[in-house]
Amino acid sequence: MVSVAELAANREKARERWEQKIEADIFITVGTGTCGLAAGARDTLKAVEEELEKRELSALIGQVGCVGMCSYEPMLEVQAKGQPRVNYGNATARNVPEILASYFEGTSLNKSVIVGEMTPTVTRSNGSALYSLSFVDPEEHEKIAFHQKQLRVVLSNCGLIDPESIDDYLAVDGYEALEKVLTEMTPEELIEEVTKSGLRGRGGGGFPAGIKWGLARKTQRWPKFLICNADEGDPGAFMDRSTLEGDPHSVIEGMIIAGYAIGAEAGYIYCRAEYPLAIKRLEIALAQARELGLLGENILGSDFNFDLIIKEGAGAFVCGEETALMASIQGERGQPWPRPPYPAVSGLWKQPSNVNNVKSYAYVPRIIRMGAEWFRSLGTEDSPGTAIFALTGMVNRTGLIEVPMGITMREIVYDVGGGIPLDRKFKAVQTGGPLGGCLPEEHLDTPVDFDSLKAVGAVMGSGGMIVADETTCMVEFAKYFMQFACDESCGKCPPCRIGSTRMLEILVRITDGEGKLEDLDEIRRLARGMQRGSLCALGQLAPSPILSTLQHFEDEYRAHIEEGRCPAGKCRALITFEIVADLCTGCMVCGRNCPSNAISGEKQQPHVIDQDLCERCGLCKEVCKFDAIVVN
Amino acid sequence: MGVSNNNNIDLTLMDKVFEKYAERQGALIPILQAAQSTYGYLPGEVLELIADRLGLSVGKVYGVATFYAQFYLERRGRHILKLCDGTACHVKGTPVLMTAIEEEFDIGPGETTSDGELTVEIVYCLGSCALAPVAVLDEEVIGRMRQEMLVRRVKKHIGAN
Repeated sequence: MVSVAELAANREKARERWEQKIEADIFITVGTGTCGLAAGARDTLKAVEEELEKRELSALIGQVGCVGMCSYEPMLEVQAKGQPRVNYGNATARNVPEILASYFEGTSLNKSVIVGEMTPTVTRSNGSALYSLSFVDPEEHEKIAFHQKQLRVVLSNCGLIDPESIDDYLAVDGYEALEKVLTEMTPEELIEEVTKSGLRGRGGGGFPAGIKWGLARKTQRWPKFLICNADEGDPGAFMDRSTLEGDPHSVIEGMIIAGYAIGAEAGYIYCRAEYPLAIKRLEIALAQARELGLLGENILGSDFNFDLIIKEGAGAFVCGEETALMASIQGERGQPWPRPPYPAVSGLWKQPSNVNNVKSYAYVPRIIRMGAEWFRSLGTEDSPGTAIFALTGMVNRTGLIEVPMGITMREIVYDVGGGIPLDRKFKAVQTGGPLGGCLPEEHLDTPVDFDSLKAVGAVMGSGGMIVADETTCMVEFAKYFMQFACDESCGKCPPCRIGSTRMLEILVRITDGEGKLEDLDEIRRLARGMQRGSLCALGQLAPSPILSTLQHFEDEYRAHIEEGRCPAGKCRALITFEIVADLCTGCMVCGRNCPSNAISGEKQQPHVIDQDLCERCGLCKEVCKFDAIVVN
Repeated sequence: MGVSNNNNIDLTLMDKVFEKYAERQGALIPILQAAQSTYGYLPGEVLELIADRLGLSVGKVYGVATFYAQFYLERRGRHILKLCDGTACHVKGTPVLMTAIEEEFDIGPGETTSDGELTVEIVYCLGSCALAPVAVLDEEVIGRMRQEMLVRRVKKHIGAN
């Protein structure tokens, strides 16, 4: 058991170590989230060590979580004592010498990019502080475009601290919230504070967290269980992954606090197995927390005992649904069960339980330290705080963003995301993944918060945000999501199991050019059946992408059905690729890239595509530098 | 998918697993995961052993093993290539990568080469969408793949390991 005084002593030592880092002669960090590692961050680290050796310099080298600028990975930061801290993108091993030369000698960069100068920021409230990093453009001396409208609260530590160091977490006031809760607040006062903050669940449901905790607290049956839903199954979503990889302790601290609130002694983090790095970082963090007495018996001298177990998912999207998740923890098939009774009354092993999303727990320490009022001052009246999105698809700046609730969709796509690449036309933005809907251009000025999105037929979801442009076929897009729902349906409810299959069949026929007008009515009929007859949100909401695209882009569906034409030029059965002889220079690049060897032609002579062999993959069009390939 | 028996496997390797999870409630899934980690897949004999040790019916264990996409009841290749077909990767060309693999190695999604060296499968979203298209070759995540690049990388990896 570790006392409050011992924790304070540890924190002091941690702060000293932090100062030493900042004051080091040279301090270098590399982003090592999964994206960074996939882009080669480990090789970058090695290259940095080698280059420093060549220059006979010694430096402190560390790792940090991801800052959300995925397209710039791997990212490298260099800071010499007294000099600005500069962040470089595209910092592959090969570009490292060029980068260090640029930092130390001021030479220009060819292949890498200066993303910005990292300036530490501190926001103070309620006697506490929130530390973060700001990306500043070294020429303009203001925040870089990607970050101008962002407000990093949950992501404040990502990119700032080493996620495998509890010292770093302590140095930025980590576990101060837990200390405050255990020494100054009763569970009831804690629940009141969280309720006052207006924190709504960030898993997609948007249910007020404080109220949910209150219900679990009220149930007078033990043991109680606390659960973190880290199953993040939406394709295109990686908010939870980045939070767990970049700042696992904030989630753990949030869970210990929540456990105290509801009266649980055991908690589970259900993390999908497809996130091995998140699981590894959680395991490291849990061991560190136990060592410091922040998990276990009599935490910080109180009579509160609490510990956490990681449960790995086994590849089932439906286990993101809270009752299916609990079934999975119980060692069963991940099939949902009916609610009521809700988990607060009867959950895991029929005991009172509380399930919240990763991000919801990560807000908790910040709310406790900075105060409910502070949290309410961000965002909107009904959706206080910030929202975290994985912005992907057809935008210039894809990545992980955190913005105040209430920002408009237009600001996200154009200001934060930098608009559509290649000057193409915006078509729609899809939120909520396979269970969400899309917002077309006319709704771009919708504020992004729980209720405003609902009012226009969209959902917040867990935070996946996919931008589609004129080259995206909305029918194919809907088909993709229905395929996913069909694969992932647990099979329990006929409306979902059969409805999704039938819907998929119809969509396949439509994209194959064999659709009928009656199909559109059939889609609506099946959708109603699924919405009303399914036990869980998977079946109830799987029709959403189709209904939404049908509502806003019915003309595309009709073009497929009535004209056998795919307006976006995507559906393979309905398009042909053709080389325009006048524009073709015979450079042979297309032929080399064709996976079906369908292109023939002599050097510097116009080439021809054999339509029988052509698979309509579109690669030739992509690589042609002369725009000589068209889609019919 | 069928259960495969008569696999000549060493069941004693499961002792460690059972020891670790002896006290845990609801440990069936972690036990199946550990078993698969040990044998590379879930042989029928192992499913029966687990059922016996945990006091469950074989049907119940089979039901759980077949529910989750992670579990394989048939032996797989020495190397596993996972191609992400999440939204961003799909849009950036995963179907083309799959075609390239099909042509080079003569296997479709979920299939294993006849020499038992490589299994390829389609997975949904590895959460690294900005590096689309993304693939995972055994433990290594590789991003921004192009067909020839991928085929060369896979062949090199199989040859070297």
